[in-house]
Formats: sequence, structure tokens, C-alpha cells
Amino acid sequence: MAQKRQVRVGSQWMYARDAEKALSEALRVMKEEEGHHESFITKYVFSQDHKWIGVQYGVTALCFLLFGFFLMIMMRLQLGWPGEPFWVIKMFFHGDGKLLPEQYNQLGAMHGTIMVFLAIVPLAVGAFGNYVVPLQIGAPDMAFPKLNMASYWCYLPGGLVMLASMFLLQTKGGAAQSGWTSYPPLSDIASQGQTWWLVGMIFLITSSLLGSVNFIVTIIQLRAKGMTWDRLPFFVWAQFVTSFLLLLAFPPLEAAGVLQLMDRVAGTSFFLPSGLVVSGEVLKNAGGGNPLLWQHLFWFLAHPEVYVLILPAMGIVAEIIANNTRKSLWGYRSMVGASIFLGFMSFIVWAHHMFMTGMGQALSAFFQTTTMIISIPSVIILSALFITLWGGSIRFNVPMLFALAFLPMFGIGGLTGLPLGLATTDIHLHDTYYVIGHFHYVVAPGTIFAMFAGIYYWFPKVTGRMLNEKLGKLHFWSSFVFINGIFMPMFYQGLAGVSRRLYDGGIQYAHAKEAASATNPFMSACAVGLFLSQLPFIYNFFTSIKWGERVGANPWQANTLEWVATTSPPLGHGNFTTVPVVYRGPYDYSLPGSADDYLPQTTPEPGTVAAPVIAPAPVVA
Amino acid sequence: MEIPFTVHARPDTGLYNGKLGVWLFLASEVMLFGALFSSLILIRTGSTTPWPEGWKELHVYPAMINTFVLIASSVFVIMAWANLRLRKPKVARMWIAATLLCGFAFMGIKGYEYSLSFAHHHFPKTNNFFAIYFTMTGLHGLHVLGGMVVFAYFLTKGWSMHEHEYQRFTNRIEIVGLYWHFVDLVWIFLFPTLYLL
Repeated sequence: MAQKRQVRVGSQWMYARDAEKALSEALRVMKEEEGHHESFITKYVFSQDHKWIGVQYGVTALCFLLFGFFLMIMMRLQLGWPGEPFWVIKMFFHGDGKLLPEQYNQLGAMHGTIMVFLAIVPLAVGAFGNYVVPLQIGAPDMAFPKLNMASYWCYLPGGLVMLASMFLLQTKGGAAQSGWTSYPPLSDIASQGQTWWLVGMIFLITSSLLGSVNFIVTIIQLRAKGMTWDRLPFFVWAQFVTSFLLLLAFPPLEAAGVLQLMDRVAGTSFFLPSGLVVSGEVLKNAGGGNPLLWQHLFWFLAHPEVYVLILPAMGIVAEIIANNTRKSLWGYRSMVGASIFLGFMSFIVWAHHMFMTGMGQALSAFFQTTTMIISIPSVIILSALFITLWGGSIRFNVPMLFALAFLPMFGIGGLTGLPLGLATTDIHLHDTYYVIGHFHYVVAPGTIFAMFAGIYYWFPKVTGRMLNEKLGKLHFWSSFVFINGIFMPMFYQGLAGVSRRLYDGGIQYAHAKEAASATNPFMSACAVGLFLSQLPFIYNFFTSIKWGERVGANPWQANTLEWVATTSPPLGHGNFTTVPVVYRGPYDYSLPGSADDYLPQTTPEPGTVAAPVIAPAPVVA
Repeated sequence: MEIPFTVHARPDTGLYNGKLGVWLFLASEVMLFGALFSSLILIRTGSTTPWPEGWKELHVYPAMINTFVLIASSVFVIMAWANLRLRKPKVARMWIAATLLCGFAFMGIKGYEYSLSFAHHHFPKTNNFFAIYFTMTGLHGLHVLGGMVVFAYFLTKGWSMHEHEYQRFTNRIEIVGLYWHFVDLVWIFLFPTLYLL
């Protein structure tokens, strides 16, 4: 009966059996605590800390952004000066420096894929969402840290598979070359690179699935005390809606990807009609498939994807505009309502990409109507942001410049979309440079500018140091001029009828020749200029990590929790030393009667006593 | 700081994190299989040749047995969860094992069915009926396999959790149960649409 013998532990007597249990429990807890002393691998490679994962996402996505841009530089050189040899093209493809048509197709497909799936979405959601959302809602981490890690480690292999297809396969037909939309039957019979594309996409879809579940659970479950739904910063709302879009729109593309993979690997004919003639011979397959099925499944994802690209951008811009006008956001509730409505509507507009496929007038009329309706919430959000500027004493710092530029640039992108959403005008504009101009205005000077705004705004949060203001302004103004130099002439080209998929930019085509040769060299020169404009940013980014001006916890004098409830950068895994409690909305700027022109969300209403757990954020000097 | 609500429900939502997470995951799964069912409908209605009749081309009886096997396993996983709630972990473990066995039975019968089809020279490339049949049942089979891996983990390495984190272990069985019900439900849709119509 040794178990029943009593032993003394500290000041207490207990049965040996109980003491043994307590000992094993204590050992387990201590072992767990030891686990918190993280090795290099668990801290920097397979990290479960949302902040570091956000940084991993951000840096990887920025590299892909630069690489995607580099692919476009090669395309633009070819478009501006068709058939001329260039040493960058020679370095990349090991040829004579002249771009071949099939190489141009690879560049086009990979530019689109990399920019959308590997650069912008991971930057907007993976990087900003991961880093900022838990901090803004007062959560110690994401709800599922391991899933968060898995999400990044699905994204990276997906990206590497895409890159590998560019570098490994040049002798076997090269990377995917059926456009980022991968329309069959072309993609079904394309060279090996397309299979790699599909495998890469399946990795990326898995990554976004894990991420979106995590974001939604985090925002619903881990909001700090007092952080009610109407006190959430608009950025968090934008990420919330975005996550729903990712969660529900990506699976149909996964299904489509599986079907196309079956077509390519198992010899099925989901997307191959009967009697398809390839290179003069009838294809020996069962047939009976439907190429339009792919387009439906693809655009069911890819239209909500447009809002995945734009909503986080709107969220970032809203935060920065409220902060730098020192005013409350005008119409916060309307903006939240508009983004939820936008999310719903984005699921029923997809076929406006397919007006020219012959799907029938009734369907066209339906999708044209929903498309016109979905422009309303975007206009509400944009108008609210514009009205917020009214009467504010605006601080023109670098993040604010980018945020301000976002407004008219996205405005141009949005308004030029209306003629494309109407089936009749789309007949003329479809598949011309007008379309390219339209969506690049939304995504490039729109979303990417908002991303830059976010980088300049939250850089002190991540590093504790400011980015250089002068280099930032140089970056902004040169980028702003050159990016318009690239995309504005596209509207003219498109209206003149220049098709978007011409390898020589259109100079061989009588109807396109005049418009193309008048504008293409200028646009290509602007593209090179835009590339050079990024150099100050890259230099600034790396030098400021080490030598930037040190700042306190809240350099922008903002209200939201990431600035007021923790240090910059937040110390370690867990974000907050004390649990923040929220007493007010995120945009209480310039309230009459208060001493400062900002009131942090952790400030209690006058007359009430602050809960003692709130410590003022220590300042890193 | 600890992540809150990993085990116990948040008062205003009434859910613990994992349960909400799995419901969201299932929502995305609905979209995945929904897209495949939509594809089936589109390809079938757009077919220019007469669509093969499932009950003539496929093997209805093994599939019907499989339907009952899966339904039974859904009951078993509930029994496991209920017994955990009643603080009878040993009984619960038996029910988990029974669920896993059902998984094996399903996969075995499914494999037998595939072999019958292959023996008749029916492959995915034969025609679009078999293409969608193999794709959908194959993807469903992968989901069954995924569930089986999880059940096997709970029977072996994951079992010890019930000793020191009982509630969390019970939650895990609830969550895998939700997933398992979904996999069952997909089959209940697949069986009539592919085999009977």
C-alpha cells in the first residue's frame, strides 16, 4: 500500500499517489514552458507566431511582386520594340535575346498568375491580415497557430512549383502558357507546364482555405473584451468579408483544377468537345465535354477574387485616411454594410466575363444587372472615404500620399469597368487593351498603392523604426507618374481596337498598327521608369530596418489597439502583456473637449473608472 | 498569453474555436462538392449522346451496402462522443475503433467495386459518365481516408490526451464526428445521383 503512504510536499501532506500525479503534471507543464524557448527553426522558419508568419508572407509576396513585374518588363520591351534583342531576355531564356511567341505566352500566363495568386493576395491577406488583425482585435495570436504556419508552408511550395515550371521546363515547352485563366481546350492540350500550374494552384488553394478559416474564427472568437462588432476597425471588417470570399469561392476552382488535371493526366474529356481538331488531326478522346464549364467554374472564383484584391486595400486606406485626416470615418456603418453587400453580390456576377461566349441573352441580361448593382457598394465606400477628407487637417505623410492616390486611381479603374459590365459595349471592348487598362487601374495603382501605403504605415509597428520620408516621397511621386504613363494609353489603344493578346503589340495588324506604334514605346519606357522608381523603396526598406529613425509605440497617434495596447514591435509571442479592454470605437479623433486630438480605444468614457488591468503602453526609446 | 476559447465556449457565440473552424471548413467543402455536382449536371444535360444509366453500368448492391456501412459509422462516432460525455472513455474507445472498422469496410467494398469496373474495361477515359464517376467517388474516397487517418490517430498516439485534457479530447471527437457526418452526407447524395438515376 505504498500509494496510500502520506508524503509531505512543501507545507502539505498528501497521498503518495496524488503526489505522483502532481509531479507528472508539474513535469508536463515545465516541459511545455521549456518549449517556449524557441530554437531558430521554430522561431524563424516554422514559426507559429502570427506576427512572424505575417512577415514571412510579406517578404515572400514582395519578392514575387518584383519577379512578376520583371516578367512584365520583358513583355513590355517586346511590345515597345518588337523583335529587338535585349540582354535581359537573353539572360532569362538563353536565346539570342529576341522573345519568341511561345515565350511571350509563358510570360503573360505567369505574370498574371504570380501577381494575383502569389503576390497581391498573400500580401493583402497573408501579410497585413496576419500581422494586423489579431493586434487590432486584442487577440494574443490567431485562433489556430499551427494552421497558420501550415498555410504559409502550403503557399511557399505552391509558389516554388510555379517558379520551377518557368526554369526547369524550357526544353519541354516551358511554363503554363494558356493565360492566367487557363481556358480549355487550349490548356487541356498545352505542354507539361500546365500540369505544374495546376499542382501549384492546388497548393495555393489549400493555403488560402487554411488561412480564411483561421481569420474568420479569430475575428469571431478572439475579440478582446469590449471589442464589439461596431467597434471593429474597418480594416478588420474588410479582412472578415475577404476571408468569406476566399473560403467559399476558391473550392469551385479547386474542383475545376481537379477536373482539368483529370483531363490532362487520366485522359478524360470534361472540357474537350467531341471532334476537336488539333494540328490537323481529330483528337482521339471520348469527347462530349464542355469548355464553357471551366469558364463558369473559373470565374465563380475569379470574380470574388477581384474583391479579395480590393477589399483589404480599402481597409488599409480607410485606416490611414481616418488617422491622417484626424477625423472619424464618415459613414462607418454604411461602409461596413456596403462591404458585406459587396461580398454577397460578388458571387453572382461572374458571367460578365463571358458575354462573348454565346451563353445567351437572358443570362447576359441577368449578369449585366447584377454587375451594375455591385458597383453601388464600391461607390458607397469610395464616396465615404472622399467625404472623410472634407474639412480635415490632412497630414501629407507617405502612407497618406499613397492612400490618397488610391482614391482617384481606383475610381478610374471602377468607372472604366462599367462599359465592360454592359453586354452591348463589351462586344467592342472585349479582349482589347481597354480591359487590361481597366483591371490594372484597379489592381496596380489601386491595390498595390494601398499595399505600399500599408507598408509605410505599419513598418514602424513591425520594426520600431520609420521608413525614410524623403525616399518615400521620391518613390511615391515617380511611381505615380510612371504607372499612369503605362496604363492610361491602354484605354486609347483598346478603344482603337488593339487586341490584348498580340505578341508584337499590334504592329502587324492594319487596324491596330497606328494606335499601337504611337503609344507602345512610350508605355514601355514608362514601365522601365516604374521599375527604376522601386529602387528607392527597396533601398529604403532594407536600410531602415537597421538604421531608420527609432520611434515610440504610437508614432502616428492612432487609436486602434495595435498602436495603443502594445509596444512597437510587440514583444514576443502573445502580443500583449495585459489583456486590453476596449471602451470606444476606433475613430474617435478630434473629439470636442478632449485634450489630445485622438482617444485610444482603451480610454474609458469620462466618469467611469478604467479597469486596472490596462497598463499604458511602454515606449521603446 | 494563452489563446482563449480553445476548449470552452465563448459565452456570446456559444462555440469553442475548433467547432466554428470545422463548420467553416465544411462550408468550403460544400462548395467543393457543390461545384462537382453542378459540373455533373452541366455535362449530363449538355451531352449529345444518351447518358449511360448508372444502375446498368455500375454495381448497385455493393454501393448500397456501403451506404449502410457509412450510416452505421456515423452512428458509431456519435456513440463514441456520447460515451465520452458520460465519462466512459473505455467504451468510447471501442466505438471509435468500430467507426474506423467501418471506414476500412467502406474502402474495401469501394476497391472491389472499382476492380469490377476495371474488369469491364471501364476507365475514367471511357466516357464522361465514368470520368465524373471516378473523379467524384475518388475524391470522396480521399475524404474517407482522411477521416480514417484521424480516427487511427485518436486510437493510438492521440489517445493519451484524454488523461490530462479530457474536455479537449471530447471536443476533438465531436469535431471529427462533424466531419465524418459530412463525408457520409456526400455519399448519400452521390449514391442516388450516380448509381440510381
